[in-house]
Amino acid sequence: MSRTPLDTVEHAAETPDVELPWAELGLKKDEYEKVVEILGRRPTGAELAMYSVMWSEHCSYKSSKVHLRQFGEKAPHSDALLVGIGENAGVVDVGQGYAVTFKVESHNHPSYVEPYQGAATGVGGIVRDIIAMGARPVAVVDPLRFGAADHPDTKRVLPGVVAGIGGYGNCLGLPNIGGEVVFDACYQGNPLVNAGAIGVMRHEDIHLAKASGAGNKVILYGARTGGDGIGGASILASETFDDAKPSKRPAVQVGDPFQEKLLIECTLEAFKEKLVVGIQDLGAAGLSCATSELASNGSGGMRVTLDDVPLRDSTLSPEEILMSESQERMCAVVEPEKVDRFLEICDKWDVIATVIGEVTDGDRLEIFWHGGKIVDVDPRTVAHDGPVYERPYARPDWQDALQADDANKLARPTTSEDLKAQVVQLVSSPNQASKSWITSQYDHFVQGNTVLAQPEDSGMIRVDEATGLGVAIATDGNGRYAKLDPYAGAQLALSEAYRNVATTGAKPLAVSDCLNFGSPEDPAVMWQFAEAVRGLADACQQLGTPVTGGNVSLYNQTGDVAIHPTPVVAVLGVIDDVARRTPVAFQEEGQLLYLLGDTREEFGGSAWSQVVHDHLGGLPPKVDLERERLLAEILISASRDGMIDSAHDLSDGGLIQAVVESALLGEKGARLVVPDGLDAFTLLFSESAGRALVAIPRSEELRFNDMCGARGLPVTRIGVVDGDSVELQGEFTLTLAELREAHEGTIPALLA
Amino acid sequence: MTARIGVVTFPGSLDDRDTQRAIRLAGAEPVALWHKDKDLKQVDAVVLPGGFSYGDYLRAGAISRFSPVMESVIEQAKSGLPVLGICNGFQILTEAHLLPGAMLGNNHLHFICRDQKLRVENADTAWTADYEAGQEIHIPLKNMDGRYVADQHTLDELEAEGRVAFRYVDFNPNGSLNDIAGITNAAGNVVGLMPHPEHAVEPLIGSGRTDGLPFFTSILKKLVNA
Repeated sequence: MSRTPLDTVEHAAETPDVELPWAELGLKKDEYEKVVEILGRRPTGAELAMYSVMWSEHCSYKSSKVHLRQFGEKAPHSDALLVGIGENAGVVDVGQGYAVTFKVESHNHPSYVEPYQGAATGVGGIVRDIIAMGARPVAVVDPLRFGAADHPDTKRVLPGVVAGIGGYGNCLGLPNIGGEVVFDACYQGNPLVNAGAIGVMRHEDIHLAKASGAGNKVILYGARTGGDGIGGASILASETFDDAKPSKRPAVQVGDPFQEKLLIECTLEAFKEKLVVGIQDLGAAGLSCATSELASNGSGGMRVTLDDVPLRDSTLSPEEILMSESQERMCAVVEPEKVDRFLEICDKWDVIATVIGEVTDGDRLEIFWHGGKIVDVDPRTVAHDGPVYERPYARPDWQDALQADDANKLARPTTSEDLKAQVVQLVSSPNQASKSWITSQYDHFVQGNTVLAQPEDSGMIRVDEATGLGVAIATDGNGRYAKLDPYAGAQLALSEAYRNVATTGAKPLAVSDCLNFGSPEDPAVMWQFAEAVRGLADACQQLGTPVTGGNVSLYNQTGDVAIHPTPVVAVLGVIDDVARRTPVAFQEEGQLLYLLGDTREEFGGSAWSQVVHDHLGGLPPKVDLERERLLAEILISASRDGMIDSAHDLSDGGLIQAVVESALLGEKGARLVVPDGLDAFTLLFSESAGRALVAIPRSEELRFNDMCGARGLPVTRIGVVDGDSVELQGEFTLTLAELREAHEGTIPALLA
Repeated sequence: MTARIGVVTFPGSLDDRDTQRAIRLAGAEPVALWHKDKDLKQVDAVVLPGGFSYGDYLRAGAISRFSPVMESVIEQAKSGLPVLGICNGFQILTEAHLLPGAMLGNNHLHFICRDQKLRVENADTAWTADYEAGQEIHIPLKNMDGRYVADQHTLDELEAEGRVAFRYVDFNPNGSLNDIAGITNAAGNVVGLMPHPEHAVEPLIGSGRTDGLPFFTSILKKLVNA
């Protein structure tokens, strides 16, 4: 069998009529025609490979871009923002010369196909984004969504995902400090595996993805490049260029956390010696992405010799090398006189490093293979000038009926026995039950800086040992609320994460998001997306917390059925001294329990409506961002001044969920009374936003009340920390042992 | 004067910097040691920290045991150098035959991270003198391969000679034989355990207890008073 001649730029110019498999690679006809127009000729196979991956939905945000612009346009002014949207991750000033970078990304589709590797490489990818900014990764968080807890496939997907996150993150030495686990039948064929990471650096260590300075060397380092993670390239390779090759390669990448750990240490050592001009990790679209982004963000062009890329499989074609998503690789731009030292550090850590090219003074990205030029493009056209779609969107015709199906009309418990039974039913339901079976598979101690970890309201990491400076992160999202009203749902996700950060005593600073939706080609889904983005951008503006970056995951649907719109929002906060943090657990008997905020009859999308009635309808809780801001200020002040000893945000499951969690964690019970103006049912199960439960030492009661009164935050005394049971006066008593069995037994029974 | 305690960094070590911090908090001077370097820099004691050295490839600790630094550690441990192996460090010590037995995968097949209750069984080693025999402490545990096993003869010998240094109490987290969490060699200078004392040295951090600090004050006192 003879090899087809190398498809060089020259060859492409001479053979304009050669048919290329653009459709198989996922390009639309007009997109392909645009490539031809840009180049003034047909693309080579290698160029087609690059454009097709870089112009994919995943890399180009072509459907979401027009909406995402609002995050920039409506961005509130923030002195804390050092690097905003567009880089590998946003960077926030947390004071004392420290900067923190954080980001949340999705790895949904791979995790359904191959749960362990899909989830593991999700962690690997987000961590490389963090190191690419110049920061040492200090923690990870994992917001997860699975199908129904009792569905047989959940037992395949969940343990694999959890083991993959643990297997990778634990091996990297990153404490897992937060996240969520939510079950809903809507995620049955489309689990959501979002992964977030935080990194810490000094201000002067911020690095950006750009290749500047003609003559500077481009160094590829980390794992060898293999055939994993290639989607369309196999088609390209087997159909067009060489029939004799192995045709189908796995589309899910395989991770090696040990290699990544070495990559982290060697990258940080290179940063420390100031050897790096620009840096980019190799994630989606691999070398295509790294070379085109580095080149287009810099001042010059770039020339790369693909033959120099270390390969795991010597039969790979140049197109495959460009598209491979092999994990644990990074690309650095280094001045020529520093190359030797850079390579020395890589050698110290047993990391393979190879000079594969250099920055030129031109403006083209040129890639060579076997002496022939196979790519000659303006890198901007690959990295930034992808197609932009104004996809049609329309409020779905079922939305009115859904909102009219009011949850306040559902049958409520009529007797004390019913009320008690529903409390047990709620706290033992899969979504409200303890997730410790899952979180105990993650290391939350490593690095020795973990102040708070799940099931606390937010994870908290000490940044400076001497001063106690720390950062907190919370991730939240409620797909049920967003289904009822995507605009409000996105705002409620932000409100909850913002509140969770404040509950632990930290001041919310900035936002990252992971927007998980169905197909953008469905106008109803596109409307949900547009509404959610508009809601989130508006709320971020009002709360003064800019979006610093994030990720969009579309096509989360099976057939015509999309997942609930699921915007997951991460809020990062700062605390001056972690010694002032407020935990969830009740600390001391006799302390007074106060409910902060207003409690209304709001049950639309609530956990109660799901658990007791399997119902989703009506409207989600009312959003009040000014109230959220006031509540946060009170919680932060009270924590700083030592007025509260424990605090818990109220969200899904309402007050009773919070009381039970605080009681079980503190191993102390509570006696509650129904305050005037409320009924027992509403008190326990309402999900009104802008609320928190706090425990106050008696000596601080007056001062706390005065502060809330002066600032206009409604507070209600609802009970006292006491005994070894949770009692609602005149209604029921549940011992902590009973509650523990209900709350902690569910998940192991389903999954262990 | 204070003691200089070396902490070895292997490729894939994770708790090396945490261990250095614990040594510092105890009042001793931490000294970084590198796996490729035979030179122990004249330290007074060595800690092999937790992590996944060499990715746990082949078997946990199996490759690290052959690293240059271990040649020196093995040699000097035999002539009395105090050595503490934590988690992966314990695994390396068994692979190096400085301690008997071996570690298998947890009996439930999951990674487990929890605040673990232990009983100090032997308070006469270089690393446990600041505890009292029979004292119950809480130390974080986090591992995939923590199930201690040994043949019956070895177990009998460990028990008879009081060389079980720590035992799991209330809950055996990994199926270790005789609930063994840590052991010592006959001379008492080499100790290995699966739980992580370096994660229990500050009241605010991690488990929120300081039950692990006596490991580091024990060795410091021994070295300074020597």
